[in-house]
Amino acid sequence: MSVEIEVNGIKHKIDAEPETSLLEILRDDLGLTGTKYGCGESQCGACTVLMNGFPIHSCVTQLSDAADSKIVTIEGIEKNGHLHAVQQAFIDEGAMQCGYCVSGMIMAAVGMLNRNPNPNDEEILMRMSGNICRCGSYPRMMAAIKRASRTIRGVK
Amino acid sequence: MSFDPELQTADVEMSRRSLLKVLGGGILVLASVPDAFAWAMSQRGQTLPQKIGAWVHIGPDNKITVLTGKVEVGQNARTSVTQAVVEELRAPLGSVEVVMGDTDLVPYDMGTFGSRTTPTMIPQIRRAAAAAREKLTDLAAKKWGVDRTKIHLSAGKITSGIHSASYGEIAKGQPFDEPISEHVPLTPNKDWTALGHPTQKVGIRDFVTGKHEYTSDLKRPGMLYAKVLRAPSFGATLKSLDTSQAETLAGVRVVHDGDFVAVAAPTRRLAEKALAAIKSQWNEKPGPSSKEIFKLLRGDDKIASSKTPDGAKALTATYTAPYIAHVPLEPRAALAEWDGVKMTVYTGTQRPFGVRPEVATALGIPEKQVRVLVPDTGSGYGGKHSGDAAVEAAKIAKALGKPIKLVWTRVEEFTWAYFRPAGVDEIASAVNPDGKVVVWEFDNYNSGSPGIETPYAVPSPRTDAHRTESPLRQGSYRCLGATFNNFARESHMDELAHEVGMDPLDFRMKNLPADSHLRTVLQAAADRFGWGKEKPAAGHGFGIACGQEKGGSIATVVELSIDSQTKEIQLLRIVNAFECGKILNPDLLKNQVEGAVIMGIGGALFEAIEFANGQILNPHLGRYRVPRYSDIPKIETILLDRPDLGSAGAGESPILAIAPAIGNAIFSATGTRLRALPMGF
Repeated sequence: MSVEIEVNGIKHKIDAEPETSLLEILRDDLGLTGTKYGCGESQCGACTVLMNGFPIHSCVTQLSDAADSKIVTIEGIEKNGHLHAVQQAFIDEGAMQCGYCVSGMIMAAVGMLNRNPNPNDEEILMRMSGNICRCGSYPRMMAAIKRASRTIRGVK
Repeated sequence: MSFDPELQTADVEMSRRSLLKVLGGGILVLASVPDAFAWAMSQRGQTLPQKIGAWVHIGPDNKITVLTGKVEVGQNARTSVTQAVVEELRAPLGSVEVVMGDTDLVPYDMGTFGSRTTPTMIPQIRRAAAAAREKLTDLAAKKWGVDRTKIHLSAGKITSGIHSASYGEIAKGQPFDEPISEHVPLTPNKDWTALGHPTQKVGIRDFVTGKHEYTSDLKRPGMLYAKVLRAPSFGATLKSLDTSQAETLAGVRVVHDGDFVAVAAPTRRLAEKALAAIKSQWNEKPGPSSKEIFKLLRGDDKIASSKTPDGAKALTATYTAPYIAHVPLEPRAALAEWDGVKMTVYTGTQRPFGVRPEVATALGIPEKQVRVLVPDTGSGYGGKHSGDAAVEAAKIAKALGKPIKLVWTRVEEFTWAYFRPAGVDEIASAVNPDGKVVVWEFDNYNSGSPGIETPYAVPSPRTDAHRTESPLRQGSYRCLGATFNNFARESHMDELAHEVGMDPLDFRMKNLPADSHLRTVLQAAADRFGWGKEKPAAGHGFGIACGQEKGGSIATVVELSIDSQTKEIQLLRIVNAFECGKILNPDLLKNQVEGAVIMGIGGALFEAIEFANGQILNPHLGRYRVPRYSDIPKIETILLDRPDLGSAGAGESPILAIAPAIGNAIFSATGTRLRALPMGF
């Protein structure tokens, strides 16, 4: 099967079985290894990317379902050398330990803030609870997401 | 683990030679001193090297390179090592590169575990860096003909009056092989500008942009993706095998050696397809299940209890902990390359020098023909001491002569890694009406002796750790068996306080020695929490607990509520006070403390491996619950700095108090004592 997908603004033609996971296409075929494998079962969120603006788990998204969609990965949110507000906030809050979950965390947060730049605590918990940080940096990640929300809204 | 002392010497020579080749001229300092921990292990019959070391190199290009066998698994050792060098060499942060866990380049190191990097490696690196600083001072003084007291080192520059030079200019062409003087002056901590201050995780930008390459991200030209055929249960042996169908798939290669069967293919999906096409039959054997595990581990040995003194109240209780999994978010992974002579393996492990002999033995080649490299890894928590994926990838790579990447699935990680041991703790105690504990007998079964000694002042306590045969593969875990032993002890102390009608904090204070660090952390956490206040509503509970391990002391206070209908436990607030001597990096320390506490919530409330007949029944994150955002209440953490003390590691001990604090809070809310982990109704 040949499928066209746009990844980080670049169109790609992918020849693979329709049930191939988007995660595998991104990591192995396109070399975008910032998106991580954590469980392959949509339980940990390490593989989160944006599909047409919405955060999805790429490990359980089949290539056929990604046809003609616009995908954004962690490699695609930095613009002209400027980090996305969420990336910068993760740095400013030191919101990680081993860092393996961070790509997925950031993409889930970007997807949430795209829809609602001012989520309350309850919404953050709901939207982010599909993402596991086994090192337990959750309090800092919460702080980073709130910081990014303020940056995006232009408030201090 | 076996250890060859001659190889250690060879390592130093080999790495000195390779280093000079790689780094060129300049100043090269080796710090190498006896490691008390290694010595202690050797006294227990383990042959281990008794020295630890690190190289510090200043190159003609001004670059400072540190080489250490420690690895980075999220505990931020890379950052603390960098801070140590920056501090002693008066160098800018960006000028230091730390090479970690490359067995061809770094001096032998037993491994990254036991919270040893901070108390043993950091002082050695400081000494090496300080020696390099003194050497630079001497060289500059000689070059410029000025007194060494007139030489200043600052921000990577050496100056004296009109003279100025970079470190590289002074270090150029200066071989330096002298041993480090015992008396090399270290920067007193009151003058610290790098150590003791918040410093960002080194390389943090690469983690938020996805650029950092973990083992699982590495690629090589011509690389094949491998999958290993797994037995259906532990201990099963191969009865019959048919790989013919897999071998008809174009590009697929099969490796078969005894019970080891693997496939490799140019794409991951083809490798998966080939694996699925293999037909195999196995001889399996029955095994026990998680339902009967505690009975099995406890056995039926009779333990004689001592007599309860007159007037004292006796209490006996049994506590249990199941096997739990580390669940590092990056599963085991390896990339192996064989060039006909040498096997090079990249893998995420806490013990590169432990994996090296594992690989050599598996391949039947000398250890010097194996090089292990450890990219900064997606966590370990004591779960990555072994080289399972490295050995498998190496076997396949050698058989096929192609670079091989092997990444374990989550199910493989849950099943074929090792577990934190399940355990049973029995405590027989007695307490006087005034609250003094007078009898303390503690028997552990299977999960081990760490943390078994009570920090309370009890006359002639008896503690025994009984070895048993574990039906599951078990190994290290954050704080080892201490987490469970401390859970049992701190739960029991609470029970004793209740027996004599005392406040749990007062009861602990009454029984702690006057000089115990636990007194300080308990008081600090209790004060911040407002210990002693009224509970806000029915169904709420407050619990306090403390623990001490590897030089760190933690107290945790928990507030929770329990729904009267559903019996669901909701954590509302956690207050921690932690002390580990002089603080090296308050920001990253706080992150470690809170991370350990959050990990401990999983063991306290959710995590348990279920198994039967050699199979793991819940090897999925959907059936093995780890803490998520919504499980985390407000957490406050007080760090108590002790500039008068050496720095202890902090990656482990903060996990000690959360489980008993939760258990004690559950009792406070309901009057029910839960003695089995994970706790729930």
